[in-house]
Amino acid sequence: MNGKTALNKIGKWIGGRREASLVILLLISCLLIGVMSPDFFSSTNVDTIINDIAILAIVSIAQFFVILSNGIDISVGAIIAFSGMACGMINQDHPGTPIFVIILAGLGLGLAMGAINGALVAYGKIPPIITTLGTCSIFRGSTFLLSKNTWVTAHEMTDAFKHFPRGRFLGITTLVWCALIVIVIAYVFSRYTRTGRAIYAIGGNPTAAKFVGVSESKTRFIVFLISGLLSGFAGFLWTTRYASAVNEMASGFEMQAVASCVLGGVNFAGGSGGIIGVVLGALFFGIINNALPSLYLNVFWQLFVQGLIVLIALMVNTIVDDRKARKLLAQRRVSK
Amino acid sequence: MTDKTNKKQDLVAASRLVDETGLKNRLIEFFTKWEVLLAIIFVLMFIVFGSITPKFLRLKNLLNQSGTFMEKSIMALPMIFIIMCGDIDISVASIVALSGFGIGMAAEAGAPTPVIVLVGLAIGLVCGLVNGLLVTGLNMPAIAVTLATQSIYRGISKGVLGEHACTTFPESFQFFGQGTLGGSHIPFSLLLYAVLAVIMYFVLQRTVYGRRLYAIGSCAEAARFSGIKVKKARVINFALMGLFAGIAAVILASRICSVRSNIAENYDMETITLVVLGGVAITGGKGTVYGVVISSFLVGFLKFGLTLMKVNGTYQTIAVGALLIIAVLLPRLLDMFKANRKLAKQQAQARLEEAGAVSK
Amino acid sequence: MAELITIRNLTKFFPGIKALDRVQMTIRTGEVHALIGENGAGKSTLVKILTGVYTPTDGEIMMEGKKLVFHNAIDAQQQGIVAIHQEASMFPELSVTENIYMGHHQRGKSHLLSWKEMKSNTKALLDRMQLDINPDTLVKNLSVAQRHMVEIAKALSLNAKCVIMDEPTSALTNNEVDDLYRIIRQLKAEGKAIVFISHKFEEIFDICDYFTVLRDGQYIGEGKIKDSTPDKIIHMMIGRDLSTMYPALPSFDPKSPVILKVRGLCQNGAFHDVSFDLHQGEILGFYGLVGAGRSEVMRTVFGIDRSDGGTMELFGKSYSPRGPEDAMKAGMALVPEDRQKQGLVLAMTISKNITLPAITKLSKKGFTDRKGEEDYTVKHGEAMEIKAAGWQVDADTLSGGNQQKVVLAKWIGTDPKILILDEPTKGIDVATKAAVHEFMVEMASKGKAVIIISSELPEVIGMSNRIVVLHEGTQMGEFSGDQITQDNIMKAAIGEKVECK
Repeated sequence: MNGKTALNKIGKWIGGRREASLVILLLISCLLIGVMSPDFFSSTNVDTIINDIAILAIVSIAQFFVILSNGIDISVGAIIAFSGMACGMINQDHPGTPIFVIILAGLGLGLAMGAINGALVAYGKIPPIITTLGTCSIFRGSTFLLSKNTWVTAHEMTDAFKHFPRGRFLGITTLVWCALIVIVIAYVFSRYTRTGRAIYAIGGNPTAAKFVGVSESKTRFIVFLISGLLSGFAGFLWTTRYASAVNEMASGFEMQAVASCVLGGVNFAGGSGGIIGVVLGALFFGIINNALPSLYLNVFWQLFVQGLIVLIALMVNTIVDDRKARKLLAQRRVSK
Repeated sequence: MTDKTNKKQDLVAASRLVDETGLKNRLIEFFTKWEVLLAIIFVLMFIVFGSITPKFLRLKNLLNQSGTFMEKSIMALPMIFIIMCGDIDISVASIVALSGFGIGMAAEAGAPTPVIVLVGLAIGLVCGLVNGLLVTGLNMPAIAVTLATQSIYRGISKGVLGEHACTTFPESFQFFGQGTLGGSHIPFSLLLYAVLAVIMYFVLQRTVYGRRLYAIGSCAEAARFSGIKVKKARVINFALMGLFAGIAAVILASRICSVRSNIAENYDMETITLVVLGGVAITGGKGTVYGVVISSFLVGFLKFGLTLMKVNGTYQTIAVGALLIIAVLLPRLLDMFKANRKLAKQQAQARLEEAGAVSK
Repeated sequence: MAELITIRNLTKFFPGIKALDRVQMTIRTGEVHALIGENGAGKSTLVKILTGVYTPTDGEIMMEGKKLVFHNAIDAQQQGIVAIHQEASMFPELSVTENIYMGHHQRGKSHLLSWKEMKSNTKALLDRMQLDINPDTLVKNLSVAQRHMVEIAKALSLNAKCVIMDEPTSALTNNEVDDLYRIIRQLKAEGKAIVFISHKFEEIFDICDYFTVLRDGQYIGEGKIKDSTPDKIIHMMIGRDLSTMYPALPSFDPKSPVILKVRGLCQNGAFHDVSFDLHQGEILGFYGLVGAGRSEVMRTVFGIDRSDGGTMELFGKSYSPRGPEDAMKAGMALVPEDRQKQGLVLAMTISKNITLPAITKLSKKGFTDRKGEEDYTVKHGEAMEIKAAGWQVDADTLSGGNQQKVVLAKWIGTDPKILILDEPTKGIDVATKAAVHEFMVEMASKGKAVIIISSELPEVIGMSNRIVVLHEGTQMGEFSGDQITQDNIMKAAIGEKVECK
């Protein structure tokens, strides 16, 4: 295989997958940033970045499954807040509770809230955007009620609790391990289980899905269960990582998760996209946010940069899709 | 002989079912309309709150209170057009933030009131136009585009203002959000809202443009094939939305006399809630202005009543969220009831056609 | 060959239509059974009942001695009846392998999906059909013909006992049709029962063994193909002579002024170098197989899509529409192919639909004029003889034929000088079809120019003064007068060079 055909093959592979173009974008930006500030590639900085985006990656995966099924989950931030607050309060009021029990509580609460969303969407047939708009207020309000309008500060948390995300195993923090485990499970689920593929089906063509026996309501319900479960887990991690549980926590976080998905090439209409792209999307945000100071932008410009990146990603997607469609049409004519 | 009379009775029953002008049919159609149900709930709410806290019914209090939810209500009006056409705009709160930023900076720079207002409106309009052009130009779902601009607009405000708060506003400016008419308690913002609502009502339900919006929302492709400039209409919708957000920013800034980068946080979701609650279908093609007017006052006064009853603000948030869900769940049941009626009507229609009777 | 499915007295009512009236049909294993009938004869209703989409109002279906009752499409599939749909059944963003396996992915030892196995099985399936398709290809990247084949492969993988094919060759080239025949013969040899729906008699006589004819929802007759002739079957289909089926065309003077001149029109990927003249008072037919590009050409002429090259001249002036509004201003009207998604806004009332293109004209300073709209609706609605309970009834309650009348009324109201009709008689009953044809003749005799796109060869031959034939985006020829024969047109449509003007 000479150089030209090899390049051609790589070119074809890249052109065909959105994730690949994202990888290239990532590499280029890393190079640029690295040139401007060599500290960027130090192991401590890399460590900071992956810890910063661990929770975002988990929640982006939650949002990914929902978008895949042609929906959106606006209540994610509220679920994080409620379960995070609950975890913090358990630790505060019952300091002896083992960590894994608290984790289970977080998961359980997230699952319950996801079930509420799922039931309303799948069986009440209410569009996801409206359902989660409503449950967002309900869950967020419930957080206020749960905490009786107070919050849990670092002083009120046990050391074991606060240490959880920071412990290291093989050089990587527990927090990142949690994210990695979620990523692996999600990847396997999305590619190697029937239910995972069913989500692609109902997002891609719900009528056809019905024809082959995929239950749309059951699948949609499961999608929101997953979203709730992962958000519940994220709530626990959030509280332990930032050593605080306030009522407004994770406000607007669902949109950051959606942004990671958009960046990662997930189609809003549903039916296409992959875990890897989503994680890369989250990673990209982490890198940009980390690099802001070296780009002479104070942290207040973070929000603006985030929005700009998503907009550019959308523009790129449009141009790429346009070109692909035209190329295909031309090819089809030639082959005939 | 009996066969013939049975058939005749059947036909009579059938034509009664199909007859849109019959009294029974008209009553049922009327009372199952969303707007009517909303109005009924509105009245009920007044009765309930009024009997518990008489303070609720005092006109002075109601008028005062209405001045606090005019920003969201104003923004809900153009959101009707946007959702009606199958789009959505989650960047509205951020447009308010950016407009507010401009207003605050202009006020701090000592500009006269008309200039301050103009700055606010202009920024809003430009943001809206940008949204519209991006959505139609990129051919991407509105939610994705406005997700990006949501961060961009507020991001600019945050990046420049940081933690700073603009608090100097000329007295004449403060009239917009705090002023009342003459000696009465009617807030200026309420009057402004009334005027805007009437204009929007006429535009949507009595003009050619409004008819086009209904068509676009029901089936954009068919609208296009009928010669409607769909892209142009959508851009106008978004621009209008931005302009109204600018108006809301003026009122908000003049009411609370403080502008930070985080003002109007969450207003986008609340605005959408008001619109959906008002009977506008998220899938497009259905909805009225008066429905959203009712829902705006419903939510506004609901919060007021709960506050008077010393119910925590938190419960209010929960109540609104729950109200939204119930408000969408109930029509599902209504729709099923209506679908049954429609099926019965179709079958009646079929029997009539067979018998050769075609009424107009 | 044994009896697989027996249909007796099958009846189906819809509001305003008796779609099927005591139909019978016997489907046997190892036999290709042609289901023949005009548009609106009831064929697709029958298929939908067989595949569980509709439930019959009366009658019964027996399979291997047992009475069949389907609650939904899955039921039918599990019983072994599979229909080859088109787009509705595929997942465009997923691979061929997955499209075949969705709903019953194969699991490996670890209970996780075994893609390797599924891929090799799919490859084997595709090889068995002698198809050169990579199982990993995303369906959206396949041609229409390839998607058809994948659909068939899917049916095979579901161990279908009876495969129903509805106009399967409409988008295929000659070679692909041969491929399809080969596969059908293979299925026959394997003992499957095949129901073949087609308008093309060459195909029916090529590949089918038996036939059943429906007309106006009623069973007319059946028989062995080898014992019959196309003429006999046509007679059963139509119930009268072919020559009296279409109204007499107004005499057309080829020297009448040219209203529309199209030269070298191109659109990347859809069509290229299309040129034709449209005269006043003529009916110009556009024929071609599905995928020939006819609708695309007309959409470009009407301004819905952009052209990538070529020129157009309307009434002597240069014409390049930026959108349908320009075309409408110039006096054009387009009755689109998809009645429900392009022709009408189903959720709106009949009146609102009819007045939609003319709404600005009917308005007073931008405000809608209710009385004016009512008068307009009554005037044009009555002219088209629309049957409905009232003008304020929603359009989605109407039958297909009535809906088409609403679309026509809508466009006639704009007083167009050029009327373009894209498959105007698709899926409507015979009576309305005749009404549409008469309407076209009326328009032409009043001096309007009419363009009709049709996939039905008899219709296009019967209704056109001249015929332009397209094949995969290329203009194959223009036929008029004596050159208009089934043979010539058909040959041109499948890509052969034919001598013409």
